[in-house]
Amino acid sequence: MGPETLEAKQKAAIEEILKAYPEKAAKNREKHLGVGSPNDENQKTCGDVRSNKKTVPGVMSQRGCAYAGSKGVVWGPVKDMIHISHGPIGCGQYSRAGRRNYYIGVTGVDTFVTMNFSSDFQENNIVFGGDKKLGKCIDEIEELFPLNNGITVQSECPIGLIGDDIGAVSRVKAKEIDKVIVPVNCEGFRGVSQSLGHHIANDTVRDFIFDGKVNIDTSDVTATDYDVAIIGDYNIGGDAWSSRILLEEMGLRVVAQWSGDATLKEMALTPKVKLNLLHCYRSMNYISRHMEKEYGIPWIEYNFFGPSQTIKSLRKIAAFFDESVQAKCEEVIAKYQPMIDAVIAKYKPRLEGKTVMLFVGGLRPRHVIGAYEDLGMEVIGTGYEFAHDDDYKRTKEEIFRSTVIYDDVNEYELEAFVKKLQPDLVASGIKEKYVFQKMGLPYRQMHSWDYSGPYHGYDGFAIFASDMDLAINSPVWAHSKAPWEKEG
Amino acid sequence: MAGAASLRQIAFYGKGGIGKSTTSQNTLAAMSHYFEKNIMIVGCDPKADSTRLILHEKAQDTILSLAAELGTIEDVEMEQARLWGKGLFDQKTPGGWINCAESGGPEPGVGCAGRGVITAINFLEEEGAYDEEGLDFVSYDVLGDVVCGGFAMPIREGKAQEIYIVMSGEMMAMYAANNISKGILKYANTGGVRLAGLICNARMTDKEYDLALELAQRLGTQLIHFVPRNNIVQHAELRRMTVVEYSPFSDQAREYKELARKIVYNDMKVIPTPITMDELEELLLAFGLEDEVDETQVGKAAEA
Repeated sequence: MGPETLEAKQKAAIEEILKAYPEKAAKNREKHLGVGSPNDENQKTCGDVRSNKKTVPGVMSQRGCAYAGSKGVVWGPVKDMIHISHGPIGCGQYSRAGRRNYYIGVTGVDTFVTMNFSSDFQENNIVFGGDKKLGKCIDEIEELFPLNNGITVQSECPIGLIGDDIGAVSRVKAKEIDKVIVPVNCEGFRGVSQSLGHHIANDTVRDFIFDGKVNIDTSDVTATDYDVAIIGDYNIGGDAWSSRILLEEMGLRVVAQWSGDATLKEMALTPKVKLNLLHCYRSMNYISRHMEKEYGIPWIEYNFFGPSQTIKSLRKIAAFFDESVQAKCEEVIAKYQPMIDAVIAKYKPRLEGKTVMLFVGGLRPRHVIGAYEDLGMEVIGTGYEFAHDDDYKRTKEEIFRSTVIYDDVNEYELEAFVKKLQPDLVASGIKEKYVFQKMGLPYRQMHSWDYSGPYHGYDGFAIFASDMDLAINSPVWAHSKAPWEKEG
Repeated sequence: MAGAASLRQIAFYGKGGIGKSTTSQNTLAAMSHYFEKNIMIVGCDPKADSTRLILHEKAQDTILSLAAELGTIEDVEMEQARLWGKGLFDQKTPGGWINCAESGGPEPGVGCAGRGVITAINFLEEEGAYDEEGLDFVSYDVLGDVVCGGFAMPIREGKAQEIYIVMSGEMMAMYAANNISKGILKYANTGGVRLAGLICNARMTDKEYDLALELAQRLGTQLIHFVPRNNIVQHAELRRMTVVEYSPFSDQAREYKELARKIVYNDMKVIPTPITMDELEELLLAFGLEDEVDETQVGKAAEA
């Protein structure tokens, strides 16, 4: 397939897909679909797509809500705090432990990530307000889990509707138990996607954690010139761990992980680091910018998916420090090169030329492209659930060829794109998984790595390569056609 | 729809403080006593003062306070939440009977009173309060403004079919009457709710009768009754009684009897035609309730 024919095919697919809509919906969706070209300087965003707008009513969007952005993404992984899903039971229970944020600790004693704490609203709490119940929840938490280092209150929709004052309850109780209690007004109906939840959560970190507001002794930690924080790595399947070993090997000290396997203390310590390393730009650029403005801490974005990007990022990070770090950085790169060569030698012949279509959230729609390309695979379509313009601008740098770009793609569109462009692998979320597997297509769940991972760093790449091989080259696909559909 | 086919469900709406609860209880008392109607009163106001004159009580336990006390609404028993009228209105005395329930609600400033109304009405329906043998009327007494969906519950499908708006010749009461008409209009086409008339609870302001009549006509309805002001209402209220019971031969009792008769035999139920704010202002102007405004004077403070 030549580049012209691919681009033409992609453009035709968009045109065809839009035909199914009524006029108004087509006009809206047209702006969110485009073809990104790596050489086109005129494109403002990748494929010139518009983003961060309200989903067209009636379509099956894959987006989440503000509560998902705050509780599920930003706050949830902070392991030594207890996160109360404040409202009816469903939001807490269905978001429990699904994201695979790995952590070290004894669950239920000093860490709590995979547990569900809910205020379990009943009709009475709606009518009479739930502030008293919230206070009681906090008392019970203190009694049953005294080793918690703090509490967050994650508002579900009804809290905002009935106007409960979780801020006041949190203030009073925080004084009583002498620990930080963070009220987060991340009601699900706010904003167009989970993106607003990230922002709200970032703002509460700023307002409740920094500047000595947390009653935790940090005097035992002396700052060094090599202190860095990993920002926007949620340690899914151990991602942050396979990232931090590389940083440590090149002589840096990782003081904090935000927020996979994170503790409240390391978050409170972060304003003392020399450099913030930002992986998921979308969900944590806010707090990075704040630390830059308030404490003068610079931040750089990096990408630890696939060796090409990992090496580029390691050098970019090292360049910020002195020569000793730079020298060690080269040592690290040299040390892992044979391992990477072996991985590529093994898998590239099995995967070369296979095409991939992605649809994920956060950073992955652009960050994982390099990892696929390192294996000789070709990404021909990508899109974000909840990105903004700045994400699509960054995507321009990451694509290798004409790539169809679909913002907030819905189930119909993604299915139609896949049927028209015939990729060898679809990589997206759990909601889409079975649609494509039932179509007989190899699929990888790229939100939580399909029970696998880590995918970050060198170790992660080896697992990533093997997973993609397992998905694509599984013998099962030879048997996916019904006997009566087989020719001859 | 719950209850027997002949069951009529009515509701009293109107601006806060207009005398809805007093007017409705006196009227319902007359309907029960003189016209032998069996009635259930459902108070839909967190203040819970819609039944005290019938029960001779300060305030009855509300459905929601019982639910809060017992843990959940499912634990509440009908006998606790729905009480039988006292004196003239119990089941033993001749004439009709009245029974009473109050939804109740949260203290001001917390929770969601609207959801409380929905919860309470659902409770009464599920517990069979509408299926009581011989029940002729259900009457809802609703808080001043229809501020949210919860307070519109009584006019949604299957609930109140006839709305009586209690008003007076004051500007704000008329604004409220017009707004409530808008609410009725909204649900008139999906449910069967109709505006059945304005009840003017007179404040004895200038040209009050004419104004009320004019507004009723503009809204496409009738001024079903003009209830004159009489201190006997307050005297009765001090004893937690309706006028019908306190002083059955008084003029005021006869007024309520007349209003009761009109409601019992009312056959004018319309989809209202609410008017615009401008039209309302013009109306007030025409009846001298507002002075002509010199546009150059708008926003200027009084001269010292």
